[in-house]
Amino acid sequence: MLSPLLNRVERGRYLDSVALMRVSRRLEALAGVEAAALLIGTPANKALLRDAGLLGPEGEQASPNDLVIAVRGAKAEEAVESALQFLLQTTTEQTGVLPCARSLAGALELLPDANLALISVPGEFAAYEARKALERGLHVLVFSDNVPLEDEAALKRLASEKGLLMMGPDCGTALIAGTPIAFANAVPRGDIGIVSASGTGLQEVSSLIARLGGGVSHGIGVGGRDLGERVGALGTAAALEALERDAATTKIVLVSKPPSPDVAKRVLERVERCAKPCVVCFLGLQAPGIALTLSEAAERAMNRKIQPLGSAPVKRIRGGRVRGLYCGGTLCAEAELIFRAKGLAGHAFVDLGGDEFTRGRPHPMIEPEMRNDHLKRALADPAVDLVLLDVVLGYGAHPNPAGILLKNDLSKKAVVASVTGTEQDPQVWSRQVAILREAGVIVAASNAHAAELAAALVA
Amino acid sequence: MIAALLAGPVRVVNVGLARFAHELAGNGAAVVQVDWTPPAAGKPELLSALSRLDGRRIEAANRAVVEKMVAAQPVLAEVRRAGELIAPLDARRLVLHAGPPIAWKDMCGPLKGAVCGAIVFEGWAAELEAAERLAASGGVEFAPNHHFGAVGPMTGITTRSMPLLVVENRAFGNRAFCALNEGLGKVMRFGGNDAEVLARLAWLRDEFGPLLANALRISNGVDLNPLIARGLAMGDEMHQRNVACSSLLLRALSPHLARAGEPRALARAFEFMAGNDQFFLNVGMAMGKSILDPARGAADSTIVTAMSRNGTEFGIRVAALGDAWFTAPVEMPQGLYFPGFSAADANPDMGDSAILEAVGLGAFAMAAAPAVAGFVGAGGFAEAVRTTRAMAEICAGRNRAWGIPALEFSGTPTGIDLRRVVETGIAPVINTGIAHRRAGVGQVGAGVARAPFACFEKALLAFAAS
Repeated sequence: MLSPLLNRVERGRYLDSVALMRVSRRLEALAGVEAAALLIGTPANKALLRDAGLLGPEGEQASPNDLVIAVRGAKAEEAVESALQFLLQTTTEQTGVLPCARSLAGALELLPDANLALISVPGEFAAYEARKALERGLHVLVFSDNVPLEDEAALKRLASEKGLLMMGPDCGTALIAGTPIAFANAVPRGDIGIVSASGTGLQEVSSLIARLGGGVSHGIGVGGRDLGERVGALGTAAALEALERDAATTKIVLVSKPPSPDVAKRVLERVERCAKPCVVCFLGLQAPGIALTLSEAAERAMNRKIQPLGSAPVKRIRGGRVRGLYCGGTLCAEAELIFRAKGLAGHAFVDLGGDEFTRGRPHPMIEPEMRNDHLKRALADPAVDLVLLDVVLGYGAHPNPAGILLKNDLSKKAVVASVTGTEQDPQVWSRQVAILREAGVIVAASNAHAAELAAALVA
Repeated sequence: MIAALLAGPVRVVNVGLARFAHELAGNGAAVVQVDWTPPAAGKPELLSALSRLDGRRIEAANRAVVEKMVAAQPVLAEVRRAGELIAPLDARRLVLHAGPPIAWKDMCGPLKGAVCGAIVFEGWAAELEAAERLAASGGVEFAPNHHFGAVGPMTGITTRSMPLLVVENRAFGNRAFCALNEGLGKVMRFGGNDAEVLARLAWLRDEFGPLLANALRISNGVDLNPLIARGLAMGDEMHQRNVACSSLLLRALSPHLARAGEPRALARAFEFMAGNDQFFLNVGMAMGKSILDPARGAADSTIVTAMSRNGTEFGIRVAALGDAWFTAPVEMPQGLYFPGFSAADANPDMGDSAILEAVGLGAFAMAAAPAVAGFVGAGGFAEAVRTTRAMAEICAGRNRAWGIPALEFSGTPTGIDLRRVVETGIAPVINTGIAHRRAGVGQVGAGVARAPFACFEKALLAFAAS
């Protein structure tokens, strides 16, 4: 028999999905609860609940302005009460002591000289908020994903008409004038400007530059689709232009997955004309003058090699099979490319930040716990000989991602990892490295080094 | 422009995940958090209407309207008989009432009661039953005060022989009218219609009105902007609490009253004014109407020029949409009741007095009147400040002339922007008295009411289609 399902609709209540998912997780940990979810009643969310068998008649009635608390389990009623308690804590946590408004217009009354809007609302509303911000003369960083492509192009055109910078969408990282924004690392200020279509790409390059003794003037995230046909590198062009003129910048690094040939041609021509030396990394594109990996891009920008981290000698596992479990999509892609470039096949690389894993759940950079299930299976899987991991630090990320991995016995198999971050990060790079090493993990100096090392061990 | 951003420091409006705001603040950046909710409650037709609007033109038009409101120079200029000020009142059997247009059969109890009392008062029927038959058979015409440049609290009844306060907006040369406040207890504005009520109205008509008219003539008028500013500093918000402004007005008028009347009439006048903390309410309402009227018809402006209710429906008017009403069923006020009464006795929200909120007073100035916040059930001072801040989110500007001391003298939020109401889902709050649902019982409590969203949604769709 199915246990009882309870839906409770809180009218006119909105909380961001990360806060809600944290409450869901706390509920699921309660005895007598089989499944629990807290979602805003958008049609998409209701479909999620329906698929999960968690949508009752009350929940069906919810509007996008309402919060649905759905619990299945013998103690569903108690759980709903707990949810209300947890939400109360969340609300106080959220508001804290920051000045708070209900709308952009209200916020501008409190901070009339604001110059940047950071937007992390559900994708279907992000373009609307971004347009308002641009119209009020604010630069914009859209963190949200799922923004329609045509909206992205229109927003970027509007930004360029107004001489404003439009970063993102689907951009987790920026460093502007020394301030880390969203998922960024604590990187010293320096003279290298970065334009990146990938958030974790920007984090890896900027962290490597920091660990090589350099610094970053600005890191501008343009979003994963900026160099596609449709958007035509509008954001990249604006960022290059701005960095070219910026007195604090003497070198520019450009990071993206390979753009379409047309766009690539235009961007490379622009780079060619640039008054400042540029390093281009079109991850996966092997061409003369183009850095093959993020590590190489950082090395070229710094004119210095990344030194391998020393480790105890490791036994080779000739013919061994690798399972890569990644939080950073670009880091996953980089590792995969390195294996492919060496002609190695039969290995699996999983991007746990991909849509199929994050639908209705927090990103593993925020909640690395979800990787442990995959890690546990990989460690137990006789068909896996070596596990490759990334650990991403910085603002926005989990306070101790390496510590979370230790819930598994990492000495069972060869585990190779790299830590993206800096000494100044809240998690402290060297501490995270030490935690991993103590647990028997082989830690490499960069994501590319980790992949190279793993490839060498199994080749 | 981008260079200015890169020159730093970044100052961020964080729309969404609060953790980003906390981290930015931890890194020393100036940051304001927006507690985001889906705009327009996520309703697609409203969102698409909002997105279609020409923001730049509307902003410019709204700025101009707010400037007009701030530039207003309202002066309490004179008191005259209603029929002299509004010619149709002398020409026909016309009864003006609060709120948007309404037929006799749809009127609530207190409004019907007040109508009947007014019919007897004007001598169109000998007693109340005859008055009711006359009203029900179409023997009198009904029209909103707003259609004749007037406003009235609660039932808001205006008929030909009543003395009306005239507020002149000397910056724009327009005038607005409101009847005299009758005091507390059994009064026509709460539907009262017995002999005591009618006798008071007769005294206002025959003795007090003419006396006040003379005094105002001698005074050359009372400038209202400075009076409002001082009233705000003394804890009035001019809707629920008018004790400071009533006193200030009496003080300003007293030498002129002394010159205008004989001692016994004066004694009665002073006694009446001294015993009526809400005497200024009607002056403030006429003032509000005189400030907002110049905005009526302002092309491209989404500023709300009137909010009003007739006890059955709530109606708003919007600058660019001229004199059209956008209506929805009125809501029940939430509040505190006098001993012996409860929500079961309450009539739905009523009166033209929401003109005060439309002009930036009342609940919009709640932070100036912590004493009211408790009385109307809105909680303590922090809640009062939150109310004013929330109202600022839906307003296009602030009135420099009317500072709120506790908010560093920042002006009262002024010029309700239809778009912001729909977008933020913040409905205007209205401080209000609560009438008994039966005619003639009077006031049973006070509280706050919310303007119904549907009015604003309808108006927005009409604006987008225009």
